[in-house]
Amino acid sequence: MRFLFKTGYEQDVRLFQHGGQVFSYGLLAVVLLLAPWWAGDYVMSQLHFIAIYSIVGFGLMMLVGFTGQISLGHAAFLAVGAYTEALMQAAGVPFVISISCAALFSAVAGVIVGLPALRLKGIYLAIATLAFNVIVEEIITRWESLTGGNSGKHLKPVELFGIRLDTDMSFYYLCLGLTVLCALACANLLRSPTGRAFVAIRDSEISASCLGVDLAWYKTMSFAFSAALTGVGGALYAHKLAFISPEQFTLFVSIELVTIVILGGIGFLHGAVLGSAFVIVLPQLISIAKDWLPGGLVPTGLQAVVFGVILILFIIFEPLGLYGRWLKVRTWFELFPFYRRGMFRRQKSYMKSERLR
Amino acid sequence: MSFFKVENLGIRFGGVVAVDNVSFEVKRGEVFTIIGPNGAGKTTIFNLIGLLYPASSGRILYGDRELTGFAPHRVAELGIARTFQNIELFEHATVLQNLLIGRHRHRSTSLWQELVFTPGVRRAEVAHREAVEKVIDFLELAKVRDTLVAGLPYGVRKVVELGRALATDPKLLLLDEPSSGLNPEETDDMAFWIEDIKKHLGITVLMVEHDMNLVSRVSDRVRALNMGKAIAEGTPAEVQAHPKVIEAYLGAPV
Amino acid sequence: MLSQVLQLLVAGVSQGCVYALVALGFVLIYKATETVNFAQGDVMMLGAFFALTASVMMGWPYWATILFAVAVMAVVGMLTERLVLRPVLGHPSFTVVMITIGVGYVMRGVVTMMPGWGTDTYQIPTPYIDQVWKVGAVILPVQQLMVIVLTAGLCVVLYMFFRFTRIGVAMQATSQNQLAAYYMGIPVRRVNMLIWGISAGVAAFAGILLAPSTFVHSNMGFIGLKAFPAAVVGGFGSVPGSIVGGLIIGVVEALAGFYLAEGFKDVAAYVVVLIVLLVWPSGIFGETVRKKV
Repeated sequence: MRFLFKTGYEQDVRLFQHGGQVFSYGLLAVVLLLAPWWAGDYVMSQLHFIAIYSIVGFGLMMLVGFTGQISLGHAAFLAVGAYTEALMQAAGVPFVISISCAALFSAVAGVIVGLPALRLKGIYLAIATLAFNVIVEEIITRWESLTGGNSGKHLKPVELFGIRLDTDMSFYYLCLGLTVLCALACANLLRSPTGRAFVAIRDSEISASCLGVDLAWYKTMSFAFSAALTGVGGALYAHKLAFISPEQFTLFVSIELVTIVILGGIGFLHGAVLGSAFVIVLPQLISIAKDWLPGGLVPTGLQAVVFGVILILFIIFEPLGLYGRWLKVRTWFELFPFYRRGMFRRQKSYMKSERLR
Repeated sequence: MSFFKVENLGIRFGGVVAVDNVSFEVKRGEVFTIIGPNGAGKTTIFNLIGLLYPASSGRILYGDRELTGFAPHRVAELGIARTFQNIELFEHATVLQNLLIGRHRHRSTSLWQELVFTPGVRRAEVAHREAVEKVIDFLELAKVRDTLVAGLPYGVRKVVELGRALATDPKLLLLDEPSSGLNPEETDDMAFWIEDIKKHLGITVLMVEHDMNLVSRVSDRVRALNMGKAIAEGTPAEVQAHPKVIEAYLGAPV
Repeated sequence: MLSQVLQLLVAGVSQGCVYALVALGFVLIYKATETVNFAQGDVMMLGAFFALTASVMMGWPYWATILFAVAVMAVVGMLTERLVLRPVLGHPSFTVVMITIGVGYVMRGVVTMMPGWGTDTYQIPTPYIDQVWKVGAVILPVQQLMVIVLTAGLCVVLYMFFRFTRIGVAMQATSQNQLAAYYMGIPVRRVNMLIWGISAGVAAFAGILLAPSTFVHSNMGFIGLKAFPAAVVGGFGSVPGSIVGGLIIGVVEALAGFYLAEGFKDVAAYVVVLIVLLVWPSGIFGETVRKKV
């Protein structure tokens, strides 16, 4: 068992609560930094995707997990980031500026969605974001002079300060660096007044506003921040694939992003990383499993079935997601032998409608 | 210029007149209580003061400033805090985080500073924490500081609700039925705290309450409401003996 | 010119009826449990496949296949509620929405995996599919008219069901306050199961009506996404609203497809819903939501 002796308020403000955490994250950092040496080409490629989806996951997690909003249209922000990067690179803009613009334009898109979304909650917000996604996808397809329509756009490798990052290793370090920066940005926000305002909005908007939280400002800011992070992820995504087209930003991508957040664990930043890793590794496992299918069954639909079943099972049995499961395991070890089964149980609640008609 | 004044306040929801031409004045540093049977419009008055919905008529004056047309968060920024009758705490946060959100109106850091977490932000966070710890000491919440609100018993939640309002460092505190659901010991504690709030913290308290003992003990002046209309005002003793008040609660003599 | 507009209108109303039926299905669920069933389109698709099986592979007459598909899907709907939705009774609405999305994925995946179904496109032999009705210069496909007539008939049946039976009242009670409904002796879980069954049956009916125009294939459920704009326009939580909303979306789409540039037809429904949400979120017959403190 570990006892945390608190000797100052500083301790609670710090990112790492105790030495053990510093050690674990340090170890993780070393492992990740040495990845190009222990990981083969294939694993490196997967790590690229995990990093990219983690960044997007952070963005979506801040919006859904910490501010309590819903977005079924985040692929639209991904698209804005990706196309901004593609167009700017084609125009010869340096990478640092183009990726900042990707973030900026996505943030503007986030504000465009966030402002009208101020009055919308729950299912209405979900449908509005869904509609936004479909419309953006259609605009990208039709505006051929700008986006190339269905023929898509090609990208050259990233050129950062004159160095071409065209190897797996160099691109990996870029993604890793950006992922760490985004994670830090989110963690910093969460331990400061803005992050607390987000959580307040999630749990009770009325009392948040009665405590001085400007709902309009913070909700819009949450959308903008979330979209900005997604835009950064989109820019990296564009470079990773070296080719983008409207089909990569459909509603199903949005749903996949939300699944990442749910499977990883809503309400925990780590959930974004765990969820991304899971969603990226899963199709590989399914391909392997396809060989074992009984005869007669067509294997095309297996991925959808497994995806759906896992989503359902997680929501029913593990609502705190992968990180929640990890927390439970860790707490079991930390409190050994005093762990009680009901420690993480949700309060049972009954539905009470707020409708007036 | 009075500290806080409500003039001819009224609101109707469709055909229902919830609050009908209510006026009262709260002096600085006093505890002013509004009593009345259920449905008399007491919580509605609080909601009107907090600008959760706009009044149909009348006005609310805080010092020389008229409270109309603001968003609710601006009311909080002016130094008016409130508690809710049916506790509206942040369920998935700890008590400490709930109280820290109360410090929101005193924040001094910008978004960019927070993203980078400058030393200035760090200092501000420690300062917020110190301010909140004073409230925790005052309300004896130290034991439950790091517990998630969702797991706390009702009595403790009421205290956390009060603490959160106090953490905003208000000049005017609106308490909506602070003793509802509390047992006699907890009500006793609440009475002590309200007295301390008035005497030591110098905060003006506007309270809605049903428990007559508590009302008599802590209030300086009382206003009685029935069906949205004001029916009596005075010291606790005067109001309790007022015939109209007795009629409202117990019915007219046959 | 007028005949063209009329034909467009009929086509739009007919398509709108399908949207209306899908929207009706999930408004029923929403009214009862405040859950939004994102799998409604896929339920419709599954219903169409069952009808296909009955008619093509088992050779039943058309009307029998309708009844078969509706009955089977009602059972599937009730099973879904019992196995998947009941454990998450009381969870926040967002997670329940995600679980329905998961159900949709499973349904689509299972359909593509079934040996006789897979990813091909099929057609259900419909008795009146090639007939037309001539009214002066206007040529109206009988199939579209049948959709309108059958939808209207179903609505009448449902109306009588909810108005004149105790279950309708019970459903309203559970939708407003589950705990109180329990206390009043309403078997909330059974009522929910029944509602899901009815909703699935209605979706199956919609799938069969839709089959002649879009054919039966595993992705036909995406049309169900357009039912959301229909429900929003008509007012979420209102049964007549879902019908009216569906018809409006259908007509707007038909007109957009003809008079506006290419591509507008696909997004017309979504543009409409965004406008409605910005200007008038509660829709035509809709609900107001307010938290009382």
